[in-house]
Amino acid sequence: MSTEAPTPTSAKETLAGTHHMPGKESADRRQVTQGRWAYTLILPTLVLLGVVIVYPIINAIIMSFQKDSGLDPATGFFTEGGFAGFENYTHWLLQQCGSGPALGPCPPGTLGAQFWDAMSTTFFFTIVTVALETVLGFWMAVIMSRAFRGRALVRASVLVPWAIPTAVTAKLFFFMFAFEGIVNTLFGTQILWTGSEWPAKWAIIISDVWKTTPFMALLILAGLQLIPDEVYEAAKVDGASAWQRFTQITLPLVKPALMVAILFRTLDVLRMYDLPAIMTGGANNTTTLSILVVDQIRQGLNNASALSTITFIVIFLVAFIFVRFLGANAVDAATTGKK
Amino acid sequence: MSTATATAARHADVPASRRVFDWAPARTYIQAAIILIWCLAPFYWMIVTAFRDVGYTFDPTFFFTHVTFDNFATVFDESRGNHFAQNLINSLIVAGITTIISLIVGVFAAYALARLRFSGKSLVLGFILGASMFPGVALITPLFQLFTNIGWFGTYQALIIPSISFSLPLAVYTLTSFFREMPWELEESARIDGCTQGQAFRKVILPLAAPATFTTAILTFIGAWNEFLIASQLSVDATKTVTVAIASFAGAQPHQEPYTAVMAAGTIVTIPLVILVLIFQRKIVAGLTAGAVK
Repeated sequence: MSTEAPTPTSAKETLAGTHHMPGKESADRRQVTQGRWAYTLILPTLVLLGVVIVYPIINAIIMSFQKDSGLDPATGFFTEGGFAGFENYTHWLLQQCGSGPALGPCPPGTLGAQFWDAMSTTFFFTIVTVALETVLGFWMAVIMSRAFRGRALVRASVLVPWAIPTAVTAKLFFFMFAFEGIVNTLFGTQILWTGSEWPAKWAIIISDVWKTTPFMALLILAGLQLIPDEVYEAAKVDGASAWQRFTQITLPLVKPALMVAILFRTLDVLRMYDLPAIMTGGANNTTTLSILVVDQIRQGLNNASALSTITFIVIFLVAFIFVRFLGANAVDAATTGKK
Repeated sequence: MSTATATAARHADVPASRRVFDWAPARTYIQAAIILIWCLAPFYWMIVTAFRDVGYTFDPTFFFTHVTFDNFATVFDESRGNHFAQNLINSLIVAGITTIISLIVGVFAAYALARLRFSGKSLVLGFILGASMFPGVALITPLFQLFTNIGWFGTYQALIIPSISFSLPLAVYTLTSFFREMPWELEESARIDGCTQGQAFRKVILPLAAPATFTTAILTFIGAWNEFLIASQLSVDATKTVTVAIASFAGAQPHQEPYTAVMAAGTIVTIPLVILVLIFQRKIVAGLTAGAVK
């Protein structure tokens, strides 16, 4: 990449040089018209995103401060609608059900009582799957970066899990993890995979890792290919061991691509819905935040809006931490262009 | 890469007859084989099961045995309340229109982001990237109410509008990365030859951008085709998409999972995607990784 960059740049400079000689003033004016032209082109996208994202978010926030009218499933009392203050938020965060004199801790089994379990399940899935995907993805990327016969076949095969719809993946792994399924047969086990908490969690984790590791591997592979071979050769001449070459050259140089890949995957798992919803329906403590929101929709939209707003804030905070403190800068990666 | 070079170098100074067996390539092949099996075995198992007689659903034989097309007939059989053909059409409509809208709108934004200098560019890109990471559930609650109020619940547009929330950012982001790598000198030349910026865009850049746009279209289409959460909440029987249909496929008995039929349905939905992906493999990998590493 770096070797071919100078040619187009210098060609462009020559053209720009012959064309924009007249002076700084007209260049400035051109800058302004270019800015206007740019926003004209971007406007439709911003308007459309405003309609499909910003408007619903504002609506959700307004709804989250309204009471759901109807019978309270926890207390059996009829609740009027109207302004709720932070009641919907305390309902989830402090797990309080009912209102007024009937206010109390949510009874076990109600959705309100499941919030912190769903939160910890979501974060458990996120940490375990992203960790596994990073390690496996790195390994796959290193193998795929080597020169060997059939490399094209391997690179094509990793795209297969990526292309399969998550709903189909869920059904496929549900079948493979069935009691009489191929997994129990192959390993001689008799586990009810989707029938109890830990086997169910691992079945979901394995399915997710299978489906999304290729994406991680391809991103890391693209990062690996930017490292010139000469760097490794030089390190070898200097007597660096394979491990030293990995920790001193590969890791630091791949880090920007790796961090972006980890960021994308983390935000993706935090909103995980399809796999657990189809494989277990959220049973056996596999309810993620997204599943809890969907369950709540049938019991009260305003309360569901509070929960979806909490989910949104959690994901936003995680993204903020990644970009601010861990240096995962996807915007920079997209704006600076080819180096 | 480095291993291969090292191996070559080691071989160069040893005569062929005295060469010791080199384990490095063998290790690479074994690991490559493991990756291949890990990625393809579940997919292979889905196809094997799709062609297997219902009576042998859990037969662990690795090869195609008891081959039958019955499962595919079951998939399209409407007597149990499944309407798979209609579901396929629904998915095509929703994913197709979502892709077309996202590309038509996104291509202009991507051109501006890749090509023009203007203040607030990182802010716009940050907003678009943030939008692509936005959780779908946060849209469903307000849209559920909105669509119910205006009578759109269960319509195609009720599925297309939320899908645009993730497909448009994806399209803009991927196109921007592609456009940045194009030979823009040609645009300058066209300008010198007297084209306006708009003409240069239409006559020179658009034809050049066609392959990038096509790849982005495939990526966007796959994303929209695979969507499940929104469709599962905002569709009704008439607009149900394939992913939702597969997740709730009805068998002969209410509590018996029709595994072989579901695998057949999964095969029907997946095979076209896999073929498409394998044909455009290089471009798709470039599109997937665009932006993250440049």
